[in-house]
Order: sequence, then C-alpha cells, then structure tokens
Amino acid sequence: MTESARRIASDAEGFILEAEDRRAIAQERDHYEQPQAACIEALKIVQRRHGWVPDAAIPAIAEVLGVGPADVEGVATFYSLIFRQPVGRHVILICDSSSCFLNDYEELRDALSERLGIGFGQTTADGRFTLLPVCCLGACDRGPALMIDDHTYGPVDPGDVADLLEGYA
Amino acid sequence: MSVRRYHSQLRQGAAERRAETHPLTWRLREDGTMVGLEEYVEKKGYAAVREVLNHRTADDVIKTMKEANVRGRGGAGFSAGVKWSLTMKGPDIPRGYLVCNADEMEPGTFKDRLLLEQQPHLLIEGMILAGYANDSCFGYIFLRGEYLEAARAVQRALDEARAAGWLGADIAGSGFDFDIALHSGAGRYICGEETALINSLEGRRANPRDKPPFPGQSGAWGKPTVVNNVETLCNAPGVMHHGAQWYQELSGELSDDGGTKLYGVSGKVNMPGLWELPIGTPASELLERAGGMRDGRTLKTWLPGGGSTGFLLPEHLDSPLDFDSIGKLGSRLGTGLLTVVNEDQSVLALVRNLEQFFARESCGWCTPCRDGLPWTVKLLQALERGEGEPRDIEMLDKLADDLGPGKTFCAHAPGAAMPLQSALKYFRDEFERGVTNPAGVTHDEPMPVGEA
Repeated sequence: MTESARRIASDAEGFILEAEDRRAIAQERDHYEQPQAACIEALKIVQRRHGWVPDAAIPAIAEVLGVGPADVEGVATFYSLIFRQPVGRHVILICDSSSCFLNDYEELRDALSERLGIGFGQTTADGRFTLLPVCCLGACDRGPALMIDDHTYGPVDPGDVADLLEGYA
Repeated sequence: MSVRRYHSQLRQGAAERRAETHPLTWRLREDGTMVGLEEYVEKKGYAAVREVLNHRTADDVIKTMKEANVRGRGGAGFSAGVKWSLTMKGPDIPRGYLVCNADEMEPGTFKDRLLLEQQPHLLIEGMILAGYANDSCFGYIFLRGEYLEAARAVQRALDEARAAGWLGADIAGSGFDFDIALHSGAGRYICGEETALINSLEGRRANPRDKPPFPGQSGAWGKPTVVNNVETLCNAPGVMHHGAQWYQELSGELSDDGGTKLYGVSGKVNMPGLWELPIGTPASELLERAGGMRDGRTLKTWLPGGGSTGFLLPEHLDSPLDFDSIGKLGSRLGTGLLTVVNEDQSVLALVRNLEQFFARESCGWCTPCRDGLPWTVKLLQALERGEGEPRDIEMLDKLADDLGPGKTFCAHAPGAAMPLQSALKYFRDEFERGVTNPAGVTHDEPMPVGEA
C-alpha cells in the first residue's frame, strides 16, 4: 500500500456508510458488467445524504465496489457535480455559456454575487447558499438561466434575484 | 414572484404538427407534459418495434436507415445506418451495448431536453430498434446530471415500458431480449464525446480514448458499443414505420439529407425557441419564425449549431441548414440550434466566453487542448481589455491552427478552434482594436492550467 493509499485508508475511520446507502450502491452495481461503473452514482448517493463527499467516504465506497480507493478518488475529483468540500444548504448553478452570456448573464452573476456577498466556489457565512458556474443548462430559449437545487429558472432578471432566493431557507 | 421555472417548450402548436410531416413532435401534448405509455401507444407508438422485431432482419433495419440517410444529430452528421453497419456482430463476438448520448451540454443547444422530458417513449422505441439492428444485449441512457426533470420522465417511461413488455425478455413475442438503464452523469462537457462517454459510463474519468479501435469494435467493457444522440435515435421509429423513401421526401428538394430536424434559435430575438422543420430549411426562415431580432437591432453574426461551430454572416442566411451546405461555408451544422449576435454585441467578448468554456471543460489529456486553450483565453482577455500586442493576433491564428483537427485525441480542441478561427477571419477588426500596447512590451505569461 502506498503512503497516499494508507492515508486515505486511515481517513476512513470515523466515516460510516449508512446501511441504506450501502444497499443503494450495491443495487446500482448490478446495472453494469463491472462494479466500477457504479462509482459516480455511489458518490452521488453519499452526497445526497451528507451534502458533499468527505475524503473519508472514498475508501468506504471503494470497499463496497471492490475497487481501489485511488480509482474512486480519481473519479471524485474529475466531475464538477461531485463536491469535495462542504457546500451550502442550497447550491446555485449559474449557466455561463454563450446564449446566456448574450442575454446578459454577467449582470445576473454580479447581482447574485453582490446579494450573497460571495463569488464562485464560495458559500455564504450562514451556510445557506453556494454559488457555482455550470455548462450550458439547455435553457437557451429562456436565458439567462440558473438552477437552484433541483429546479431550473429562466429568464432570471437581476432585479428578481432577492425574491427568488427568498424561497430557499 | 415573476421568475418562472424552466420547462422545455416547442413553438409549434398541435394544429401544425402531423404524423406524416413531424415524426419527432406530432405526439407532443399542447400543455407540454410527458406523453405517457397509454397515449404513446394510442398514437401508434411501439408499432415499429412490433413490426420490425417480428418481421424484419437486423440487416434490413440497417439498410433502411442507410437509405433514409439519417445523419447523426449530435453534431457530427455521420450516417447512423453506416455507423450501425460497422458494429462487430457474429456468432463468435459477444453482444455489446447501445448507448444513448443524452449528455446535452453544447452551448446554445436545448433540443434533446424537449424529447427527453416530453416524449421518452419515442427514444426508448428508437433504442430498441437500434439495439435490435446492432445485436446489443443492453442499452444505457447517459443523461447529464443537471437534467433532473428529464431523469424523472425517462425513469417513468422505462418502468412503464418494462411493465408492458416493451423491454425485457422476448419483446413483443419476437424472441429478442433487450433492456435499458438510466445512467446519470455528474457534470463535465467532455462526457458528450463518444469515447469519453464510454469511459464515464464505466465509472472512470471522462478522458477520450484513442481510435481505432472504434466503439463499434471495442467500446464499453471491450464489447461492440454503439453511441447515438437522442434525436438520432428518435428518428428510427418513423423511418422504420414509414420507410426510407418517406423520410427522404420529408426534406424533398431542400436537402440530400433525409427527414426533419429539431431546429432552434437563441440570443436576442423576439421569440427564441424550438421548431421541427424539414432538414435543409434555410436559416432565414428559422430566424423569421423566431420573430426576428429584438429591440430593432440588426443581425451581426450567427453560430449555426452550438459553441463548437464557426461564425457565419447575415449573407449566409439563405443557406440550407444541413450538414453539407453549412460545411461548404466553412462551418458545421453541429446541433442545428442557432445562436444569434446583434450589432451591439462584441464577437471578441463572445469568443472569450466560448474559449473560457472550452478551457474549463478540457479534460487535460492532450497538450494542445490543456495548455493551448487557457493561453487562448489569456490573449483574448488582454485584447478585450485593450492591452494586446500585435503579435497576440498572430499567436491566436497559430493557436487556432494548432488546436485544429488531427492534433488531439478528440474533437474538443478542434471544436474550440472553429469559433476562434472564423471570428479572426470575419471580425479581425475587433481583435485589432484591442491592440494598443507598443510592440515589445509583454504582458504576463500564460496562467497555469485550470485558472483561465
């Protein structure tokens, strides 16, 4: 075992993969020829419960899938929707791609940033919101668009930002 | 509150959409809610599956798809029938996989979302036909993680189809077994690249794979694998139900390509949206349907089909929107969803935005892409601030060339080069206006990877 693998393994102490999550991951595993394929879904399952994926969850997931922790870590650090640090109770994804850009996305971004007092990749001090950019949300006919948690909104006028955020405690 | 939840919407009403002319959208409900199994079957849904699985051979399906000339709607425009004919099949070859690419993330593209949210049964029917033609044992719908409403619709449709015997063992009494699972992604544009998608499906980092071998020879888990876009697969039921000639006639004189296309327009137009029209419809007609430019502005330039296509000019608007015609103009049809730019908007700023996108989304595997794109962004930002040097424009010319086809594993960098190269060609004056620094005074070195 390499030094980094040992470190990751020792981090696992203290992280408990809930039985329900363990079952859900095992079930996902059955959809594929090889268990590694359930890796992304496993990370999402952990994230749904904890809000993010702590380092200590990596070896726990690896163990259920029967793959190396480094394989899980490599995947967990690649994908933008897997969060590797704590995020707010609500995650705001602002579309920063071309159509929204042409529909004054930058004004919306600045309005949100000012209202929340944070920039991209940051979380408000009260732990309520995290702000992130996202690839074209496929809502180009109603840009500028953004997602808050499970819902997509558009077009979002910078003047409506305060009202929109009110709905998310 | 005046902010509305986003729902995918077609601009054409039910009165305009007919089974014979609008194979992709005629079944859609006026209120935009999902067409469930019962309604889909009432509207001749799964008829093509019943007919084909019981009475036609796989080779016959491929032949028909080739004759219809269904060209890949994900942007590459490769004939679906030809792709299917290249899939390895035979008694000594294991049955492989049929993967639907529903990782719609191309900037300016919002068409697959409509089909996924409102009519997932059409996609499932197309996948069963494709699975049959390619002798696939199992199908996956690779859906981008942000499309949550689509995920709910697709999952409901899969459950309905399985309960009704359209998925599983012995479909429609034909002896053909095939099932489909939903695979939801976790971000990253590069997952839409065919071989990166296969890596991602296998639970790995989404780096593209070297070709050959092509996925049809060795794809997911080393088995023959076919990857098709959502809209491409949604064309298969119509083709198999009505025949190749009918499909060809849909576009008639407009284009050599067959069928219809889900076209769209976004940007500052009066009625941005989606329309199903014969492939080869001129861009001018589409812009007219979109109500023309908003606020009395005039059209400056347009992208024909996403961020990785080249800019075209107002004088190109009469061109048919098909793969070969747009290709002859030096651009690509791509996804066929127009992004329009008005005379007040800066092409330089838009190109900077696009290159930032491509730089961020590079998987980092190939050097020209990983290092060339952040460098491109750096130069564009300098020009945008009016702090460029004369040699910056020459360097952008060189970068556009070095990012071009054949220098990287996949089409990500060549896609990024297209808008850059065409902007340098048509709007060079905007770049030149950014050059104010006296020659010899250099700005900072390129930023490290990932910080552009």
